[in-house]
Amino acid sequence: MLTKRIIPCLDIKNGRTVKGVNFVNLRDAGDPVELAKIYSESGADELVFLDISATEEKRKTLANLVLKVAEAINIPFTVGGGISSVEDVAVLLHNGADKVSINSSAVKNPQLINDLVAKFGTQCIVVAMDAKNIAGEWVVHLVGGKVPTKLNLFDWAKEVEERGAGEILFTSMDNDGTKNGFANEALSKLSELVNIPVIASGGAGCIQHFSDTFTLGKADAALAASVFHFKEIEISVLKEELKKQEIPVRL
Amino acid sequence: MNIAIINYGAGNIQSIQFALKRLGYIGTLTNNETEIRNADRVIFPGVGEASSAMQKLKQSGLDTLIPTLKQPVLGICLGMQLMCASSEEGKTSGLGIFDIDVLKFSATEKVPQVGWNTIENLKSDLFEGISVGAYVYMVHSFYAPQCHETIATSDYGLMYSAALQKNNFYGVQFHPEKSSKTGEAILNNFLNSPI
Repeated sequence: MLTKRIIPCLDIKNGRTVKGVNFVNLRDAGDPVELAKIYSESGADELVFLDISATEEKRKTLANLVLKVAEAINIPFTVGGGISSVEDVAVLLHNGADKVSINSSAVKNPQLINDLVAKFGTQCIVVAMDAKNIAGEWVVHLVGGKVPTKLNLFDWAKEVEERGAGEILFTSMDNDGTKNGFANEALSKLSELVNIPVIASGGAGCIQHFSDTFTLGKADAALAASVFHFKEIEISVLKEELKKQEIPVRL
Repeated sequence: MNIAIINYGAGNIQSIQFALKRLGYIGTLTNNETEIRNADRVIFPGVGEASSAMQKLKQSGLDTLIPTLKQPVLGICLGMQLMCASSEEGKTSGLGIFDIDVLKFSATEKVPQVGWNTIENLKSDLFEGISVGAYVYMVHSFYAPQCHETIATSDYGLMYSAALQKNNFYGVQFHPEKSSKTGEAILNNFLNSPI
């Protein structure tokens, strides 16, 4: 039986992890490769690396990092952040990334999704979308939730599925950072609307939130950052508890 | 040991090379007939679309070479699917090693299947030391139904072939190179298979 995935997300800037991490056994808490290794050995099902650097060397630094991560870990990982062309994706996949996630570039040029799918296949193209509930409507935002678009979350999700995306990573800007739980109502609607996997993101604060997003939110996977980085939740403990609640997980 | 990874412009080859390296082996990327024929083990990867991958195999003559290989051959993901008789993806014929037609998952489940699924009904030396119900990483929209060559099954709305074997030819739908310790053990079994 297919299991629900638990996905730690690492923010990367200039080849280093950004958000503080609380791993006493790490030689270098800023080294994404070491962190990735620890997560892969502690039961994470997948990893996401989100590059937030804005330097000119960004592409090269990220490509090198992907190569090192691919060498070090034996679970799948996705790379996102500023990816805007077929060439960008070719380098990252060639260096060993399993999937790429695109966000703003897909909104600006939806045809990019079709082009990437035609070249690399549905299975490696994740479309990330950040949205906020504004007066009852879920509006897609860009630039980490700062800039609103005219896109409705659900219309956009349907469109990216039709264009061939393999997965949707939905972050609720209303929930992100609150530790009050995922946006399960919107997630559930999204998951029923499209027939591709939906990854829930934004709001994880405790174990029950993960359980809720898999049951109430009908999510196929759940992504979180700080609760894992600061060891507020241990992945092994989380998975044991999910199993007790009869949610299928890989143990 | 001489391990050839068939290079025909498809597949996450880097990950396979790294997985072999973690096990202490070196894989050589090649599309050279002599190199492939002389290798102790051959890995046939594949990610992408079936009909265009088949087209690439035909252009390089690999479509006639692969079915005649005598050493253990391991097809991974699309590689396994291309070793079947045909695929519904792009309505293409396959290499015809396994006697089964690859079909698309019905929309009763989410397509593609992405994530960790269990393998059951393990029937081959490829799974020596692997427990029934072990988890492997799958990402695919098409599947090989169960047949007499099935050596492992998975359940995704229906029971399908997670792995196939015919003589020296093995195929796995999952990605052993991304399936943590279970995947490493399966790769190791393949590299040490007695055939």
